[in-house]
Amino acid sequence: MTPLLQIDGLTKAYPGVVANDDVSLTVLPGEVHALLGENGAGKSTLVKAIYGLVAPDSGTMTLEGRPFVPASPHAARAAGVGMVFQHFSLWGALSVAENVALGMEDPPPLRDLARRIRDVSAEYGLPLDPARLVGDLSAGERQRVEIVRCLLGRPRLLVMDEPTSVLTPQEVDALFATLGKLSAEGTAILYISHKLEEIRALCDRATILRRGRVVGTADPKADSARAMAEAMVGGTIPEARPAQAAPGAVRLEVRALSLPAPDAFGTALRDVSFQVRAGEVLGIGGVAGNGQDELLAALSGERRSPPGAVLMDGGQAGHLPPPARRRLGLLSAPEERLGHAAAPAMTLTENALMTGAARRGLVRRGLVSWKGARRFAREVIEGFDVRTPSTETPARALSGGNLQKFVIGREILQDPQVLVVNQPTWGVDASAASAIRRALTDLAEGGAAVVVISQDLDELLEIATRFAALAGGRLSTAVPAAGLTLDRIGLMLGGAEAA
Amino acid sequence: MPVIDLNWTAFLASVLVVSTPFLLAALGELVVERAGVLNLGVEGMMITGAAAGIVVAIETGSPWAGFLCAALGGLGLGLVFALLTQGLQSNQVATGLGLTLFGLGFSALLAQGYVGVPAPTIGGPDLGPLRDVPILGPALFARDWVVYLGLLAALGVWLYLFRTRSGLILRAVGEGHDAAHALGYRVRATRVAAIAFGGAMAGLAGGYLTLVRVPSWTDGMTAGAGWIALAIVVFGGWRPGRVLLGAWLFGGAQALQLRLQAAQVPVPVELLSMSPYLITIAVLVAISVRRRAGGAAPACLGQPFRAGA
Amino acid sequence: MIRVEPRPAPSRLWNALTPLLAVALTLAAGALMFAALGVGPGAALRTIFLDPLFDPRLAAFSRPQLLVKAAPLILIAIGLSLGFRAGIWNIGAEGQYLIGAVLGAAAGLALFPAESRLIFPLMVLCGLLGGLLWAMIPALLKAYARTNEILVSLLLVYVAENVVAWAALGPLRNPDGGGFPGSRQLSRWDAASNPELIAGTGAHWGVVAAMLAVVLAYALFARAKLGYDIRLAGEAPRAARFAGVSPPRLVILCFAVSGGLAGLAGIFEATGPSGQIGIDFGVGYGFTAIIVAFLGRLNPFGIVLAGLLMALTYIGGELAQMMVGIPLAAIQALQGMLLFFLLGVDVLSRYRVRLGRARPADVAAAPRAAEAAE
Repeated sequence: MTPLLQIDGLTKAYPGVVANDDVSLTVLPGEVHALLGENGAGKSTLVKAIYGLVAPDSGTMTLEGRPFVPASPHAARAAGVGMVFQHFSLWGALSVAENVALGMEDPPPLRDLARRIRDVSAEYGLPLDPARLVGDLSAGERQRVEIVRCLLGRPRLLVMDEPTSVLTPQEVDALFATLGKLSAEGTAILYISHKLEEIRALCDRATILRRGRVVGTADPKADSARAMAEAMVGGTIPEARPAQAAPGAVRLEVRALSLPAPDAFGTALRDVSFQVRAGEVLGIGGVAGNGQDELLAALSGERRSPPGAVLMDGGQAGHLPPPARRRLGLLSAPEERLGHAAAPAMTLTENALMTGAARRGLVRRGLVSWKGARRFAREVIEGFDVRTPSTETPARALSGGNLQKFVIGREILQDPQVLVVNQPTWGVDASAASAIRRALTDLAEGGAAVVVISQDLDELLEIATRFAALAGGRLSTAVPAAGLTLDRIGLMLGGAEAA
Repeated sequence: MPVIDLNWTAFLASVLVVSTPFLLAALGELVVERAGVLNLGVEGMMITGAAAGIVVAIETGSPWAGFLCAALGGLGLGLVFALLTQGLQSNQVATGLGLTLFGLGFSALLAQGYVGVPAPTIGGPDLGPLRDVPILGPALFARDWVVYLGLLAALGVWLYLFRTRSGLILRAVGEGHDAAHALGYRVRATRVAAIAFGGAMAGLAGGYLTLVRVPSWTDGMTAGAGWIALAIVVFGGWRPGRVLLGAWLFGGAQALQLRLQAAQVPVPVELLSMSPYLITIAVLVAISVRRRAGGAAPACLGQPFRAGA
Repeated sequence: MIRVEPRPAPSRLWNALTPLLAVALTLAAGALMFAALGVGPGAALRTIFLDPLFDPRLAAFSRPQLLVKAAPLILIAIGLSLGFRAGIWNIGAEGQYLIGAVLGAAAGLALFPAESRLIFPLMVLCGLLGGLLWAMIPALLKAYARTNEILVSLLLVYVAENVVAWAALGPLRNPDGGGFPGSRQLSRWDAASNPELIAGTGAHWGVVAAMLAVVLAYALFARAKLGYDIRLAGEAPRAARFAGVSPPRLVILCFAVSGGLAGLAGIFEATGPSGQIGIDFGVGYGFTAIIVAFLGRLNPFGIVLAGLLMALTYIGGELAQMMVGIPLAAIQALQGMLLFFLLGVDVLSRYRVRLGRARPADVAAAPRAAEAAE
């Protein structure tokens, strides 16, 4: 069979890093081809080159036997390449039809387009209302918009970058059915993911990237997930395990916490209640946009609630601002590293001061002890193996994994009674992720209560002692994590078992 | 446009005239902000247009040449803003302020020999029998060309933004520049074009002040009209129709206080002079209170765009 | 091919060099502008920048003027720099300056013709309060109604100008002034005057206040947690909220400081160099101070240098108007250009501009670029 897409010796360098180094790859018509690799392995650069967003330094691409040099996404789409982005390339303030029109080269008038959207969405089982604002749609519906937008261009190659990271297990099943239909019709799919079980279920072949190079191929139907993971990482991965301590006294209790949505596209928290005991790791699972950020903000103190809605060691804390909660031992680490958990342009010393001021005594009578702050930053760097030239390096110069280790380490070294983290290993390489998970279970075993909010269900099943699902701003009753199946979790995430 | 007698015809006429510069400048800034750029230099572009317009009109004797150069003057300053903010990634707020400070000085320099010199002015279209409608006719249908140009511009901006593909792309750039870039749209080029349009409209607005409304030059004569135009964009919720309403509202308030001054009502003249600014502030407050849950501002307004590698 | 690459952290070297580069570019552009006006560029630039300091006949008068003009600029710019660092935009300092002067003068004139040592301090206090309270209007609206502080503070300048006109023509008008607008001469009333403290230097109480403000601002940013909070809020607003910085508190604080200092500058001016409240009391110090704050890179000592330079352009501009017939407006345009060039060349401190293709082995930028690549 002649390959649909053939890439030969593609190289792309950025200042300081070679993102793609002599990458070669073939995609056959109608196959589902997985692209595997850790963060920073070069997957995104490669697909951006295919989609005309990045011009390679050298190397050739051919599409259906003809040279393929897309100068822009317009050219790529015209040649029959469609792309579904990891971070949706959608506009919340525009309608579904407008969003679709923007992804097409020569869209018909909006009224005809609306009809075609309905046709295509019916054909592939992707129900959509063209007139709705995208900002009002759920994550799953938004992805449908992206897919329908691609399908209207009748692509021969569909590139999907981490498409399932925002979907519930049931939505994933529906997506796979659609992709199966497309593949049967002859559309090739280049599928990027790090969820290896999904790849085993969906893909025909896999190419593995590591540090910009192709390091091998895999047969997803035959090879084990563990073997593929180790090929991605280039070594063995230590296995994490849940915390082993016997649960102690209740440290953090949330009682009927309700908060309105912070903005037009935010999520309201509805009647959220849970308890966490010393020695426990409570895992809170959920699909993005179901109230994770809002829950963290309510616990960190960025948003206040009635005093009795948040109880810290039995004392009322809902009305307290972040510094007062930190003094009580309630610490937290938000999802967004750059700009929320850390200030990008500020040095690690300054970022250490950010949350460490109170518990580490870094401020006296309004004056900062920079010496103390530097010492604290150095402790975090050494204690958590943060790779950085110095304490005076700006946060944004660190890689995602190193900065995340710094952020989590900064809180853990303050000796928290309760630690709440959101997406602690998002976008982090495997070794850093396993170090962070280990640190969290160690913290719990040391007598702290830990709350891990995460969209990565595998992660939660690894380290959580109890599990609860967050859906539409409501939290399900927490259940023991041992023995939970993905199916059961899927039902909880869908809200079927919400308390 | 001196207002002397207290009758409705004259009042309506003056509302149309007084609101025209607000409308032109606000429509320009509306397009700029829809593209995700906050240009606080409206006042500077406007007064540069005012100076360029009157100088050229007096020198050539042609008010239309004056209007053309007024637009070019505003556009030129707009391009400086575009170069700094889009090319050199400077802070939009600071650059806009710089535009205003520079424009106030530059315009005074440009028009220094023309203070108080009367400008040649323009006529209007002959709308025939419409002019003879009682009260409304002389007020609404006997105005100059630019008044009608402003109304057409409001319609044109609406059609462009909501009925053309180019307008859709411009809105997409303003609502999410990363998504627009990812789909292959040229964020910077779109923004530069929008800024240029905004500059030309502000320049026209300034030209209208010196060529029709006053019509002569004094230093600093825009007196905050550019800032009020910025407020009108907020008031109008970034929609052309409501911006038109806003321009009429502010033009009405301005026309009313001028009439009250002229009628020598027993209120301190300073209180009347400051009233347009106070009204603007009051309206801004009312809007912000009403929109607590997040406004209709374009999502990327004022945010710098840097293409991810 | 020219490439522009972001630096992981702003270059300290370029941070210090860019203002100098901007001044140099402004001089070059200024020379062109003067040539276009038909004035010899060399003569014009010399008259503006050198003669006030070094001309044997003029310097005796001009040199003291340097501090007189720089003091209000520095005082206001120091206040503004707090807010600008926090991303809070008070651009209505001119209004706060005017209201401070009016309220301070009113407090003094209410006691005329008493002679007491307490009158001047009372006026200074009222000047500070006047500016502060005027600044509280946009601050409270921003903090509690989320009204755009840029527009409100700016629009209030026009309101303040009318308040000054009203005061100068009405309640504060000199009853012995023969009907002319303007208040009594405060500088000729001992209890209210703000005299030159050291003869021949131009240094009045405003200069002392400005120096004090510079030192305090330096200490604030170098050592105080509050200074850190301000910087954090400007760098990363979400991170600041997470750290526990309250945005409304910060808005009110920054406006209070900048408004108060602008009010101080106003009353020192009214009791000293200007001597009275006239209808043309405002000369734009509040706006020029914005340029001073940026030109000084929001750094207290940088602001001192920038303030002196701007003061020089005012004095030199007046000289040039008399000697070579350059309109004063040209100076204002020159100041505006300076801000443009400064903002333009600032790209050098935040980005690395390179010729040719990227070199793959630049270690310093590696981790960041690795993330960008993914």
